[in-house]
Amino acid sequence: MELVCPAGNPASLRAAVAEGADAVYLGFRDMTNARHFTGLNFASEQRMGEAIEHAHRNGTRVFVAINTYAGQRHWQTWKRAVDRAAALGADAVIAADISVLDHAARHWPELALHLSVQGSATNVEALRFYHERFGVRRAVLPRVLSLQQVRALAQRSPVELEVFGFGSLCIMAEGRCLLSSYVTGQSPNTCGVCSPAGSVSWTEHDGVLESRLAGVVIDRYREGEKAGYPTLCKGRFEVGGELRHALEEPVSLNTLDILGELHAMGIAAIKLEGRQRSPAYVASATRIWREAIDSCLSDPDAYHPLDGWQRGLAALSEGAQTTLGAYARPWR
Amino acid sequence: MRLSLGPIQYFWPRDQVFAFYDDIATLPVDIVYLGETVCAKRRLLRLDDWLALAASLASAGKQVVLSTLTLIEADAELRQLRRVCEQDDWLVEANDFAALQILTSRQRPFVAGPFLNLYNAASLCVLQGMGLQRWVVPLELGRAALSDILAALDERPQTELFGFGHLPLAWSARCFAARAHGLPKDDCRFVCMDHPEGIPVHSQDGQRLFTINGIQTQSGAVHDLAQDIAHILSAGVDILRISPQARGTPETVRRFRAAIDAGETVAVGPEACNGYWHGGAGMDRLSS
Repeated sequence: MELVCPAGNPASLRAAVAEGADAVYLGFRDMTNARHFTGLNFASEQRMGEAIEHAHRNGTRVFVAINTYAGQRHWQTWKRAVDRAAALGADAVIAADISVLDHAARHWPELALHLSVQGSATNVEALRFYHERFGVRRAVLPRVLSLQQVRALAQRSPVELEVFGFGSLCIMAEGRCLLSSYVTGQSPNTCGVCSPAGSVSWTEHDGVLESRLAGVVIDRYREGEKAGYPTLCKGRFEVGGELRHALEEPVSLNTLDILGELHAMGIAAIKLEGRQRSPAYVASATRIWREAIDSCLSDPDAYHPLDGWQRGLAALSEGAQTTLGAYARPWR
Repeated sequence: MRLSLGPIQYFWPRDQVFAFYDDIATLPVDIVYLGETVCAKRRLLRLDDWLALAASLASAGKQVVLSTLTLIEADAELRQLRRVCEQDDWLVEANDFAALQILTSRQRPFVAGPFLNLYNAASLCVLQGMGLQRWVVPLELGRAALSDILAALDERPQTELFGFGHLPLAWSARCFAARAHGLPKDDCRFVCMDHPEGIPVHSQDGQRLFTINGIQTQSGAVHDLAQDIAHILSAGVDILRISPQARGTPETVRRFRAAIDAGETVAVGPEACNGYWHGGAGMDRLSS
């Protein structure tokens, strides 16, 4: 079981490599990757080349995420991203767009293809489609499946499966969520952003802090209440006369507790979310998960998450509650 | 330009569904999409019921397409999907690549639903090679993006545009309707039945933002392209889709038919949105 860590910038990449990531995933600084946030990612071919070289020198594989949906007018940008990643020696490209997968499969048959979580493959027939048509070797599963469903899928999947182990929790099927573009005009599918920072505004009056996204009130906080980033699905809205988190409480995902089960069912890789996080975050998260996976691999039957790991991860979650997320389905 | 009626997105009583399609049979829509696309637990109509409806609508002169479930996780859902894809009487709209896998392995033609995420001509070309006859434009693409795509295609498939209704914006394994009622998903008591047009979600300053429909989150505003008909007619759109609402669907159909026949835009309600078509945020109300 492989540990796949986020590298939103060169410093995070070095941190992940130093702390023992088996692979890192990263993207070009443009709309071809689904975390196209200000200041993130690799600005030039040279930067990307140096990153890949550094990782390879230390035995870490590099997956390049080219996982937004390619707009017609700039389609060549996506094509070029695949060509560059392949030429620079990337170990895999992570993609979701049919034309990107098709281009990579035709022109770079040796390049491993991973289906991005943005591809929304939640069942064995969809996995077969990507495998048979484009030779996809691995799929990243959306965070909507229960552990039982992941297990059922792992038994019959024609491709390796990678699951999210830690980080922010998307409650919608990734690749099938337009909430952000409905309000701001920009979405993960087209622009690689969700609830973009440029649309966020904060105001305070009468002791109430208010967050807005493109002018829409996402939440209001009284003094002493912890304010969170105004992601649309985590807003407090009025439903049936009640004010509540209509869609989801702001929590983050942590699967340390079920790592043994994920290993037993043959999951190929655990992915840590967080290309938008700091190098220090990536270092700590990678260190803890490296220890956990090593412990699990060395004696799977005796695996038990240590309190120190849980405390370390809880600290990284900025005090927000951690949970098994969709895998446990408390809301079922 | 033809008019289509999309699948019913809400959970209506069985009798209401039959009565609804009795009306539809008499209305000027050319294509009718049938089937449950949102929640596998909604089973008041079985496949045989849908097939019977298909036959009766076809005899009323409608082209019928069976539309498939969008988020498929469980084996039971795959079995249901297989039954839809393994019949040969009706064209199928694939709303997930699982449907596409089954249909293409049987070399059946298909309609690509809006959540197959076909954002460029090259993707369409790949699927054309597999039997794509018609595609529904991804909801967030507007006129400029559509015209770029169509201009880049040697052979155009039939192009269908979502023209009216609450936009299906997001899909989740979680049921937000059950959550709104304080119930777990597995014991949802079919509360969706109490909300024939979904559950409104308002921001704290009273703006209608979203509509909860089970595992689906829809737009709060109704997306209504009636005022953009003249531009749509010249954009290469072959079919305009109306998404059923519990109230007013016959009037909506007639309004759109009249606008298309006259080639003229018509006024829409003050709450309607059309931002996606103009390249903006979906909730915006924009004009050319």
